[in-house]
Amino acid sequence: MLSLYRPGTSPVHRARAGLKLAGLAALGTGLFAVPRIEVVLAALAAVLATGLLLGRLPAGALWAQVRPVWLLLAGLFGFHLLVTDALTGTVAVLRLLALVLAAAVVTATTRVTELVAVVEWLLRPLEVVGVRPARVGLLVAMTLRFIPVVAERAARIREAQAARGASGVRLGLLVPLLVQVLQLAHTLGEALDARGADDVPVRRPRRA
Amino acid sequence: MKTRDLAYVALFAAIVAVLGQFPPVPVPGIPVPITAQTLGVMLAGSVLGARRGALALLLFLTVVALGVPLLASGAGGLGVFVGPTAGYLYSWPVAAFVIGWLTERFWRRYNLAWALVANLIGGIAVIYAIGIPFTSLYADIPLSASAVGALAFVPGDVVKAVAASVVAVAVRRAYPVIELPTRRATAG
Amino acid sequence: MRWGRPGAGAAGTAPPLPRTDVELREVTHAYGDRTVLTGVSLTLTESRIGVIGANGSGKSTFARLLNGLVVPTAGTVLVDGLDTRTQAREVRRRVGFVFQDPDAQIVHPTVAEDVAFGLTNQGVPAGEIARRVDEVLVAYGLDGHRDHPAHLLSGGQKQLLAIAGVLVMAPQRVVFDEPTTLLDLRNTRRVARVVDGLEQDVVVVTHHLELLAGFDRVLVFEDGRVAADGTPAETVPWYVARCG
Ligand SMILES: Nc1ncnc2c1ncn2[C@@H]1O[C@H](COP(=O)(O)OP(=O)(O)OP(=O)(O)O)[C@@H](O)[C@H]1O
Ligand SMILES: [Mg+2]
Repeated sequence: MLSLYRPGTSPVHRARAGLKLAGLAALGTGLFAVPRIEVVLAALAAVLATGLLLGRLPAGALWAQVRPVWLLLAGLFGFHLLVTDALTGTVAVLRLLALVLAAAVVTATTRVTELVAVVEWLLRPLEVVGVRPARVGLLVAMTLRFIPVVAERAARIREAQAARGASGVRLGLLVPLLVQVLQLAHTLGEALDARGADDVPVRRPRRA
Repeated sequence: MKTRDLAYVALFAAIVAVLGQFPPVPVPGIPVPITAQTLGVMLAGSVLGARRGALALLLFLTVVALGVPLLASGAGGLGVFVGPTAGYLYSWPVAAFVIGWLTERFWRRYNLAWALVANLIGGIAVIYAIGIPFTSLYADIPLSASAVGALAFVPGDVVKAVAASVVAVAVRRAYPVIELPTRRATAG
Repeated sequence: MRWGRPGAGAAGTAPPLPRTDVELREVTHAYGDRTVLTGVSLTLTESRIGVIGANGSGKSTFARLLNGLVVPTAGTVLVDGLDTRTQAREVRRRVGFVFQDPDAQIVHPTVAEDVAFGLTNQGVPAGEIARRVDEVLVAYGLDGHRDHPAHLLSGGQKQLLAIAGVLVMAPQRVVFDEPTTLLDLRNTRRVARVVDGLEQDVVVVTHHLELLAGFDRVLVFEDGRVAADGTPAETVPWYVARCG
């Protein structure tokens, strides 16, 4: 599965993941607390400098993450021109652009495993209520592992249905796909047990 | 959480990802093409119930946040979580939870009508109730403007709620996963 | 060809693997109201045990009882004297399980990560994990695929990976539930050779009767009971005749 991470050795790559995420959160809070054009422009410049100069990322790596929202941002600016004024619109749009770019920098310079470690660290306080942070890594790995499996089963069901004359009936695809996946989940649960993933005490017999 | 629940959660996160890769369907009379990803949100709640459904969506969003481009738009990474429509993403686990919670309440008499109630409330009302104010705050536009912008998606979402309900009822008949505490536990 | 025991150090220096015996006492199992195994009492000590029988006769349920994946609704299953009901974790360390569908038991996206999974669960130190994973990947011809995505492997390679992921944990007995059903002839033979060469004791559930040629004992299941029990020469022709 293709991740948006771009390997590198720059100071931004080497900075701790927790620090980068904290920076992102601080930026988000700050930009909304102080909605002024000079602050927003400075933030935008700082983010671009961090990504392109300090982090030596290709511009394409950042653009890849701006592309999905750029039309929305343009529409938003148009809306502000009509309803409020150009300055408010510029602040609103550039603020979002700066945030999206900053997030793109973090994503492109931080390994998935490091981010998982931060998520696990963030979840640690929840251990007292029974959450097991170490499970996050396993769940993420399992999701990535089973995306191609599910996609393949969907393709196979579609072929089987096409062979029997069905065309593009997507609901008819979903029911068998879900049932197959649920059966797969049942066996997968057993396989996890068989390979020692359950360190919880054994279930008691429900009926003696 | 039992290991089997881990399997359900991970596999449903994978399903939501795969549904996002289905090509959008243009429907006559509906302004924007329908993507299947929020169908996954509704199905997660309807099939797995509140807790596992919500966790499946939390997991899906976590994998997206880690930089895997799994959203229907082809987007991924942290950027989408700070973009103007991030509120809709944040609403997904809540929506799955509400749908699952309602489905569990309706489980004994579950049929197309109850499924629709759950999916319309959880899959549309909840998602818009979180997404619209978020966009309004974030993009600094009035609530009404944000709501009008969202209107274009309502017909498609109603179609999806109907589809999810039909599928959920059929899946319940073939392979029921939700177990009510009072029902006798099955071994194995 | 004999495969070295994974994780046992240099070939030839390992002490003989301890045997694992399984005893079933009056075991009955029901899913809900549906009883699928009735009063099965057996002691499994042989090294090569086959299980055959019609679809739905209870073979997979029997197999799952052997390592505590399923606990009996009545009766007791003892693995080296350990009750699967109360000591499942210890039991599963001794008895490994390989499923029919490798897709359902490969949990990590890439080959080496997946083989390491069980060892991580056992809390094995990282250095030792790396060493044992290496050994197993070499033994199963997967060392060239270490960082490959698991879903790009062929069906036969996936099944070898699934087997590698179980054997790396050094169980003493391995239960296979139809390990070759999804495979072509070539991969079936390959998996059969691997099973044959294992130092571990095995229980193999299968519809491929030819796999059982050199086995010590074969159980024939019929409607949740053991209908025949003996050497392959005694039981297999009997079973074939009954299938009409
Ligand atoms: N988890 C389950 N819940 C309910 N019924 C089950 C479950 N697993 C198996 N059964 C039923 O128990 C009976 C025995 O199943 P089992 O899987 O043990 O048979 P089998 O001999 O392995 O068959 P096959 O050759 O088809 O694999 C079957 O009728 C099956 O439908
Ligand atoms: Mg079976």
